[in-house]
Amino acid sequence: MYKIGVIGDYDSICGFAALGLDIFPTEDLESAKQTLTRLAAGGYGVIYVTEQYLGKMPDEQAEYAEQQTPAIVAIPSVKEKLGLGRAALKRYVEQAVGSDIIFNEE
Amino acid sequence: MAQLNVNPTRMELTRLKKSLAVAMRGHKLLKDKRDELMRQFLDIVREAKVLRENTEEKLSAANRSLAVAGSVLQREVIDSALLLPKQEVTLEVGTKNIMSVDIPVFTSKLRSKSQGDMFSYGYAFTGGDLDDAISELADVSADLLKLAELEKAAGLLAGEIERTRRRVNALEYVMIPNYQDTIRYITMKLDEADRSNTTRLMKIKDMMVAERITKEN
Repeated sequence: MYKIGVIGDYDSICGFAALGLDIFPTEDLESAKQTLTRLAAGGYGVIYVTEQYLGKMPDEQAEYAEQQTPAIVAIPSVKEKLGLGRAALKRYVEQAVGSDIIFNEE
Repeated sequence: MAQLNVNPTRMELTRLKKSLAVAMRGHKLLKDKRDELMRQFLDIVREAKVLRENTEEKLSAANRSLAVAGSVLQREVIDSALLLPKQEVTLEVGTKNIMSVDIPVFTSKLRSKSQGDMFSYGYAFTGGDLDDAISELADVSADLLKLAELEKAAGLLAGEIERTRRRVNALEYVMIPNYQDTIRYITMKLDEADRSNTTRLMKIKDMMVAERITKEN
């Protein structure tokens, strides 16, 4: 049985607590990284991470990319939208096809 | 012309011909696998792209509602309203097999079925903004889970496609040409040996005939 976790700054993620997801408010990048590692090892199948943090931890992201779980999903935070999720999809397309044929039309 | 380092013998030739047949068959199969993976992958990516855009839109809207709620209510009120949820979500992870790539399938289970249980607070001390924000988030949570599934699938498939493409290319542009060149080389070498043997026999026959003629005279 897996759980769903949310990592990010408090304001961006507090709403998820009401839905019954486990929230882990963090204030800095280092503790966000530690939390992610802990959750990944601790039975979390899906982990939502705000873009601010996820954008700065490519190593951690790459580590779990080839594993079935956890799935790490970028969510926009209150402050800004970085479009990381889109960028990740774009990267997958480039990796698989050789050039981007999905996102370059706009 | 790159050929393998082998002895030009008949046995080696038979072995190489067998290897070539296997390589050709493998190449065809892998190419089919790559094409099908690619088709599935593009479907998933297109779906993920649309879902990602919608979900981010909805999440931003929910965040805006939450910010409005935060501006009306004190932070302590919101904290106490949200941080003791009645609802609890657990996740079941199944797997789906796409062309021998295991893709996770997520299904979430709520502890209580009732929709109203996502409001973990009495309505006395909070405003309608908070209710809006929470129900918007609840709406988007299913999409988020689906998005997690699709993005994971896209990532895993992309890795597999890259590997398969490498294998196909290695077979097509290295292994198979090498086998073909080597087979040609051995065939030519054997033919040449054959011809030189024939000429030697003819030569010897001539010499023997000439010897007999001189003896008889």
